[in-house]
Amino acid sequence: MSILIYAEHDNHELKADTLKTVTAAQAIGGDIHLLVAGENCSTVVEQAAKVSGVSKVLVADNAAYKNQLAENVSLLVLELANDYDVIMATALTTGKNFMPRVAALLDVAQISDIIAVESADTFIRPIYAGNAIATVQSLDAKKVITVRATAFDAVATDGSAEVVNLSQATDAGTSSHVSDEFTESERPDLGAASVVISGGRGMQNGENFKLLEGIADKLGAAIGASRAAVDAGFVPNDMQVGQTGKIVAPDLYIAVGISGAIQHLAGMKDSKVIVAINKDAEAPIFQVADYGIVADLFDVLPELESKL
Amino acid sequence: MSSQPLRLVGKLQQAQLEATMKVLVPIKRVIDYNVKVRVKADNSNVDLANVKMAINPFCEIAVEEAVRLKEAGTASEVVVVSIGDKSCQEQLRTALALGADRAIQIDTDANLDSLHVAKLLHKVVEEEQPQLVILGKQSIDSDNNQTGQMLAALTGLPQGTFASKVVVDGEKVNVTREVDGGLQTLALSLPAIVTTDLRLNEPRYASLPNIMKAKRKPLDVKAATDLGVDLTPRTNLLKVTPPAERQAGIVVETVDELVEKLKNEAKVIA
Repeated sequence: MSILIYAEHDNHELKADTLKTVTAAQAIGGDIHLLVAGENCSTVVEQAAKVSGVSKVLVADNAAYKNQLAENVSLLVLELANDYDVIMATALTTGKNFMPRVAALLDVAQISDIIAVESADTFIRPIYAGNAIATVQSLDAKKVITVRATAFDAVATDGSAEVVNLSQATDAGTSSHVSDEFTESERPDLGAASVVISGGRGMQNGENFKLLEGIADKLGAAIGASRAAVDAGFVPNDMQVGQTGKIVAPDLYIAVGISGAIQHLAGMKDSKVIVAINKDAEAPIFQVADYGIVADLFDVLPELESKL
Repeated sequence: MSSQPLRLVGKLQQAQLEATMKVLVPIKRVIDYNVKVRVKADNSNVDLANVKMAINPFCEIAVEEAVRLKEAGTASEVVVVSIGDKSCQEQLRTALALGADRAIQIDTDANLDSLHVAKLLHKVVEEEQPQLVILGKQSIDSDNNQTGQMLAALTGLPQGTFASKVVVDGEKVNVTREVDGGLQTLALSLPAIVTTDLRLNEPRYASLPNIMKAKRKPLDVKAATDLGVDLTPRTNLLKVTPPAERQAGIVVETVDELVEKLKNEAKVIA
């Protein structure tokens, strides 16, 4: 069995979640290669070569892959696909975007967002926002799979894979990159943070999210939000935790003024320890919380910050 | 050296292009998002008997976006299509009440993978020749997040997934996408495929007069078997189980107690 994993990165840094996708690949078993497609991405290649369990790193460093446009990246992966039985990517922005294109071009049904490997052709994945868990067998000879990274541990980084440069530079010519608008933050990435503190509709407005910042600074936490807080316009969508936002599983998740709608729980219920702060004792969030405080968040937050 | 006449011609061409822009919106009938999902006792699937069904929320956003393009004079016609048995006509009628012009039902009672759906939609795209196809980014039942991208690959068209803003500009469409860490804007040549994210728009409610009017709008039914797509299953759903339940913990009375528990019992803070 040979497995190709698409490395998720931003031309500077290999996303740590790729290390977790390697663990998923090891559960399937086989010779594992990483593909780094980008432009001026040599630091990513260096990091990729150190990922344990990987025997080879394929590098497509070309302007055509600078922004990892789905049209171009899918054609690249398609060209390489002949040599592999399994093609995998992390279910993050890039992987979710281009992988179904690869599957369709290979005439394969993709298995999305797996959380466990049962056997080489059978996988476990959440459906209905995690309210049901499906065991799915792929009947295609070649497998195209995306991986929910929070469900797997990361491999170590003490490997030394062979680096092979590719000459591919296919530009489909149908799409082009216009601009990026990234949220500037000194805090850890929501998906990678070991502590996450999230605010919901109970925060009342965007200004009050400042109350979370002091606590986040003390705990080295990322700040998230429920869909209700995003819909109400308190904070931008990239802070959203839930079925329709980010899926997180930190060591500690603090839900502040969040009622605990199904769609929010789907994004955080695999956290190791959950704390709920809510003045409504009946809020469903308390049914999943390890520790709850039934109190006004505007009293609790300043006190919590001072006592950490 | 005046470029004005040229620019005028450009504008005229653009107006003509826009006046004939057809938008295709594929929609899916799914369990209503407010309904609590229950797994069947035999673990074969979730129980959908007597459960309220609705348009997939992301598909509803797609319909709304298409209707707004028409209201803005950018699109000339909005066609909705759904794949399923007769029951999905209910969701097609809803889409017509929201402002779509006509509907197509691709009739089948088969269990389809996203790949099959994309292949059937590919046939519809060949027939209808839309300038823009807008789909939901994923359905809230199977959560696959595949169909739009697969359709884009099969038709060879560019894609703008997870869109929070769609601006048609002559022969291009600019799509602002929700990506990890922020927003990314792409320019796609038309025809193109767009999939919707939550913040793209807030769908309207259908008014009673529009619901009545929708009953008289055209709804064509085509048999999936007539479209020449191999619908042999590619996946086998072996089992569906409820998720592991998390045990409710304890309620603490004070912030001091909380901090103490997190430090000494859960050991998640120093």
